[in-house]
Amino acid sequence: MSDLDVQIPTAFDPFADANAEDSGAGAKEYVHIRIQQRNGRKSLTTVQGLKKEFSYNKILKDLKKVFCCNGTVVQDPELGQVIQLQGDQRKNVSTFLVQAGIVKKDNIKIHGF
Amino acid sequence: MADDEVKDEVAEITPFDPTKKKKKKKVVIQDPADDSVDKLAEKTEALSVSDGLDFTSMKKKKKKQVEASTLNEESGDAGDDFDDHIDGDEEGDGIVLQQRYPWEGSDRDYEYEELLGRVFNILRENNPELAGDRRRTVMRPPQVLREGTKKTVFVNFMDLCKTMHRQPDHVMAFLLAELGTSGSLDGQQRLVVKGRFAPKNFEGILRRYINEYVICLGCKSPDTILSKENRLFFLRCEKCGSGRSVAPIKAGFVARVGRRNTGT
Repeated sequence: MSDLDVQIPTAFDPFADANAEDSGAGAKEYVHIRIQQRNGRKSLTTVQGLKKEFSYNKILKDLKKVFCCNGTVVQDPELGQVIQLQGDQRKNVSTFLVQAGIVKKDNIKIHGF
Repeated sequence: MADDEVKDEVAEITPFDPTKKKKKKKVVIQDPADDSVDKLAEKTEALSVSDGLDFTSMKKKKKKQVEASTLNEESGDAGDDFDDHIDGDEEGDGIVLQQRYPWEGSDRDYEYEELLGRVFNILRENNPELAGDRRRTVMRPPQVLREGTKKTVFVNFMDLCKTMHRQPDHVMAFLLAELGTSGSLDGQQRLVVKGRFAPKNFEGILRRYINEYVICLGCKSPDTILSKENRLFFLRCEKCGSGRSVAPIKAGFVARVGRRNTGT
């Protein structure tokens, strides 16, 4: 009878969150969208922090097609893969990612001016 | 030539007026007393008359200008007075006294928003300093100069750091990380940033900085202290004493811009 008190199976798993975020940098996995100035009025947009399950190349292909710009996937030693796009595509990228259901709106951080 | 033509046209128009726009002109020329009588019957007519007069007075610059203007004024005044009168009457018929609260005169329940508004109105009347209209801390707009074509100088960077009570290093790190460039402080403690940026850009980033690293989330006061405790930044509010941790500044991914084979 006393066992009942000790072993109460609960649905709550305290480690669920920790397990879900395998890369676990913070509480929220932000997708950072940054801009970088190049020479003249040119610029680059970088998208960092997409989930690793996604195929970056496929996302990139769509992004390129929708925004009519070129881009690459860059392999960074610390940050993993990063999508790079030509031109200031920050707004476009964020709306695209939200609409495609890849990231939630709250998890997108747009940097830059 | 053009002037002559215009004059001709005007000359043509002016004799037309009394004949073609019979009714309207009549009304205008009539005495004010008669006017009022007429207008009682036809209010819209009066309005159209005044319109017509305006038009003519605009067209005839030389001829009859004085006359027309005086007439116009008279008729317009009369019409206006009349309109006011009617409006007043209508209002008098409808709602007698101005309502102070939207629920007055009806039996419905008060809504939360209305009551809240009422409370705040009373509070504002009696002691305004409690009503939440706290004086905003004013930040001067960033002054930005262009140094050459590729560098931007943020002139009053130190001033802004002082008004925010933040270390210039911290602010600088944030600015550079957000702008995605490199930069440094020069001899006069100005911030020199590589790249071309408008003051608006700096302003936007400073706003974000203030929201993230200056403003206390509890009481919204900018009177806070940022301190570093074993590698973590903590924000402590001087007003309400609350504290929170803030995210460290990370530059994130910076793409290689410029010539490829400079490094290595």
